[in-house]
Amino acid sequence: MKIELNVRNAVSALVVAGLVLLPLYSQLSGNIFILTLFTRIVILALAAASLNLIMGYGGMMSFGHAAYLGIGGYAVGILAQEGFGSGFLQFPIALAASALFALVIGALSLRTRGVYFIMITLAFAQMAYYVASGLARYGGDDGLTIYKRSDFAGLINLGNRVQFYYLCLACLLGVVLLIWRIVNSRFGLVVQGLRSNERRMQAIGFPAKRYQLVCFVIAGTLCGLGGALLANNTDFVSPAVMYWTRSGDLMVMVILGGMGSLFGPVIGAVVYLVLEELLSQITEYWALIMGPLLLFVVLFGRGGIMGMLGRLSRG
Amino acid sequence: MADPLLRVEGLVRRFGGITATDNVSLDVARGELHAIIGPNGAGKTTLISQLTGHLAPNSGSVWLAGRDITHMPAYRRCALGLARSFQITSLLLDFTAADNVALAAQAHDGHSFRFFGDARKERRLRDAAQAALRRVGLGERAHVPASKLSHGEQRELELAVALATHPQLLLLDEPMAGLGATESARMVKLLQELRREVTIVLVEHDMEAVFALADRISVLVYGRVIASGTPSEIRRNDEVKRAYLGDQHVVVRHDR
Repeated sequence: MKIELNVRNAVSALVVAGLVLLPLYSQLSGNIFILTLFTRIVILALAAASLNLIMGYGGMMSFGHAAYLGIGGYAVGILAQEGFGSGFLQFPIALAASALFALVIGALSLRTRGVYFIMITLAFAQMAYYVASGLARYGGDDGLTIYKRSDFAGLINLGNRVQFYYLCLACLLGVVLLIWRIVNSRFGLVVQGLRSNERRMQAIGFPAKRYQLVCFVIAGTLCGLGGALLANNTDFVSPAVMYWTRSGDLMVMVILGGMGSLFGPVIGAVVYLVLEELLSQITEYWALIMGPLLLFVVLFGRGGIMGMLGRLSRG
Repeated sequence: MADPLLRVEGLVRRFGGITATDNVSLDVARGELHAIIGPNGAGKTTLISQLTGHLAPNSGSVWLAGRDITHMPAYRRCALGLARSFQITSLLLDFTAADNVALAAQAHDGHSFRFFGDARKERRLRDAAQAALRRVGLGERAHVPASKLSHGEQRELELAVALATHPQLLLLDEPMAGLGATESARMVKLLQELRREVTIVLVEHDMEAVFALADRISVLVYGRVIASGTPSEIRRNDEVKRAYLGDQHVVVRHDR
């Protein structure tokens, strides 16, 4: 595919270059904190990118996407606790558990549309939250400390900050690449067609729910990967990662960056989390500044940051 | 007589106390253009929706080429060769004209659980789309987003989308709705060509067009078929005159 030279692609390329070079900067300046911060950003960008697949391209407003962060995280945490430390076991199980959860809640939620879909996905995520809170053996409300990061038999050392960062970044770029291929494939066009006009798509012969459900499961599985990485990053997993405000954060990242644009969620995650970090250094009441800022983007920047950049390049 | 392509038997659909489709039976032979006319509120769109599977009847049955499709969902009827256009234009507005048609071709080219190759580069789908677009006179407008097409062009695109599914039976719900005189004339000409290739059920208000095109006409009033026959039979039918043409005087073109 030909890649067009425009402002959006230039900004996306710059962001990727920045993310690739970040450990170098961190090393040279001795600023270790920035690497920790950006590891988290990269993981949440992956989660936001997966949400964008269903929300931006598929038109399915899931308000429970953080559930997969928790499921992926708990899969790693519980297995570690039970003595299964191998990443080759933990990661596939984290993905499979997320896929299964997505399959079940997707099959039920996709019977509804619009506001009901938002509410039912939210309800399922909250159920997952309360189930995790009730897991007394695994820390319950207090969460579960992971004493040893996933072990990849010497292939890669997740305990090494730089190696772990690059693993997360590779996963993010892999996910973005995968989504790029998917949205331009036959399957992707069907899913986007369903977002645009479901009745029309059924009239030309597409069984809508089947395609939407598969898309929903793909997004959930990818987010489960984010969950497994996040648990390794914090050496800890707790019900709080699944709380509905976390799902809201992911939605904000997608909307801020630009729904239905490939790199939008990545840029949204970087901007949102860096702003959060900077503003919280200035004042405890950082949300008071963040709120109006987001309102401004939503009200005036149709299509989020990517939408604004798109208009910029068209002049 | 050979089996009809479409057979409707004793179809009933009620909405609360209103019977929108009242024991409708009709046969459409292969190759004919069968028009369904009737005053506003006669239940024409309700009938079409039951044929396409967007609405379930309370009783009765629908048969396509000898197969009972009464309880089949819309997408499966479509796979059997039943295509429709909508009374109110229903397109993928943020997709180009070519994408709209190519998706219809894709729907009839195996399943779409293919996650990798670039679908917009598949020659077979693109060629089929381009052929259907050219068929309706939109060959030059392939790369225009559907939302940017004129109303007349959108009606033509609806037709191209339906054609791309290679239907046995085409259900057209008021393809002339909202078209100007020249656009209407173009549409009539197009339908005259298409009827040679495909069986058509046409629901239309434009009497001039209906009488020019139809092999047979069924007249629907308050959900019931009060007459069915050739255009000249319908013109001479007293009940039709009374119920339809008489009350409203001779409706030649509907108001705009």
